[in-house]
Amino acid sequence: MNIAPQGASRYLLALMPFVLIAFLYVAGSAERRAANPEDKLLPPVSEMAAAIKRVAFEPDRRTGEYALWVDTAASLQRLAIGLGIATAGGLIFGLAIGILPTVSATLAPLVGVLSMVPPMAVLPILFIVFGLGELSKVVLIVFGVAPFLIRDLALSISNLPHEQLVKAQTLGASSWQVAIRVVLPQIMPRLIEAVRLSIGPAFLFLISAEAIAADVGLGYRIFLLRRYLAMDTILPYVAWITLIAFVLDWALARLSRKAFAFAYVTERR
Amino acid sequence: MSSSIAFRDVWVEYGDQIVLERLNITITPGSFVSLVGPSGAGKSTMLRMILGQEHPTRGQIMLDGTPMSPEPGPDRGVVFQRYSVFPHLTVLGNVLLGFEFAASPFTARLFGAARKKAVAESEKLIAEVGLEEHRDKYPHQLSGGMQQRLAIAQAIAKKPKVLLLDEPFGALDPGTRTQMHELIRFLWKDCGMTIVMVTHDIKEAFALGTRLIALDKKRRDPQAPERFGAVITYDLDLTRESAVPVMGFKPLTKPEPRKPEPQAQSQGAH
Repeated sequence: MNIAPQGASRYLLALMPFVLIAFLYVAGSAERRAANPEDKLLPPVSEMAAAIKRVAFEPDRRTGEYALWVDTAASLQRLAIGLGIATAGGLIFGLAIGILPTVSATLAPLVGVLSMVPPMAVLPILFIVFGLGELSKVVLIVFGVAPFLIRDLALSISNLPHEQLVKAQTLGASSWQVAIRVVLPQIMPRLIEAVRLSIGPAFLFLISAEAIAADVGLGYRIFLLRRYLAMDTILPYVAWITLIAFVLDWALARLSRKAFAFAYVTERR
Repeated sequence: MSSSIAFRDVWVEYGDQIVLERLNITITPGSFVSLVGPSGAGKSTMLRMILGQEHPTRGQIMLDGTPMSPEPGPDRGVVFQRYSVFPHLTVLGNVLLGFEFAASPFTARLFGAARKKAVAESEKLIAEVGLEEHRDKYPHQLSGGMQQRLAIAQAIAKKPKVLLLDEPFGALDPGTRTQMHELIRFLWKDCGMTIVMVTHDIKEAFALGTRLIALDKKRRDPQAPERFGAVITYDLDLTRESAVPVMGFKPLTKPEPRKPEPQAQSQGAH
């Protein structure tokens, strides 16, 4: 508990499990190849590199497109629109529910019920109502993420000391002014944190929707390749999706620390 | 600029529990009232009623002869024991906020010349409470005493007619507390507001106040302790040579005559 790794040793410790997993994979792959040259389950790194080159840097023979980039663009667009709408809605409704008791009495139970509906269960309804195009995928992400954001924000607003809200009113603030100058800046770090936690579920909903009905997208591609057991492409795709999610998460964390430094003074390390 | 505050037969009840009974006092403009009493006697409740954060169950509170607005507003400033300043704003930002609320209803921000003027005024207030060196620091970088100074500067920026202090110096060390006493006495004379201060420190109450009001439960029913609330047990004028009861105050030294209870054997003990 009192021994904390410092500096380079921290990075070394963080790297160790990754190196171990990579080593196990390479060893396993080599062993299976030795037993069966046709093995598709654990393709060697060289085959994966060739697959990456094929999907990322060579145009598709039929469509002339670079599959990886087209898929990435389509998926990221859906994700960005979905998460963007969910965040904006979460912020607006979260603020209103957190600050105004009347709005809270009216909407908080509804949001509570909505957040308990499994989003994947309404996916068929979304496909029926919004068609198989972009809209249904975006709506699924919004439906899956927004109720969580609203509840989380309303909860963190209710944890603000009541004294602050009273004090602001004695300084002459209206409800609107309290919302934008006192509450909003203080919950922004929490909003960003909640969005970071939502990246995982958002990808889950995106890939599920793409797997079921799409003609382009990261989720569509890996489920398509599953039919050919093309592990050499699927594995790099999964790594790529993970990398995107990780970078998004990291960027949001950086943004929060840069813009709202006051919120991080009391945390450990 | 100061206001008179009058409680007209005010009762406060939380459900079955009676907190305050028959509160009838008039606080003259410009006085410095110390409110003392044991925990749970309703001192803070009384303060929050003047603030507009809580409301009497019965009775009325008058501010300058008219019924008080039921919401907190800029005519009544407040300093709480904790959480009085905004952690996301610097010292300057905290004081500036009051000016911004008043001048800019929609964005609550000031720009250009208007901002310069407000900054100058804020800096004057910050200097008055002795925080000029800490202008650009955030509250978490300040000591407890400095945070309370900031809270006071913030409150007097609105030139309130009434300033309410809820155990403002309770969490400070004795040296800092003495400094704060001087500061608040100076500001009180300088701004001429009515101050009502809740405190647990009897010495502080006598040292600062021009009037001391003590709240306590005079009557207790062991079977139903919630049925009797606190009343004013002392109301002292501290401006004379020695503390004397305020004119017209009848302390309830004895419980009102009641029919002797049949099983009361220990009457002598009362």
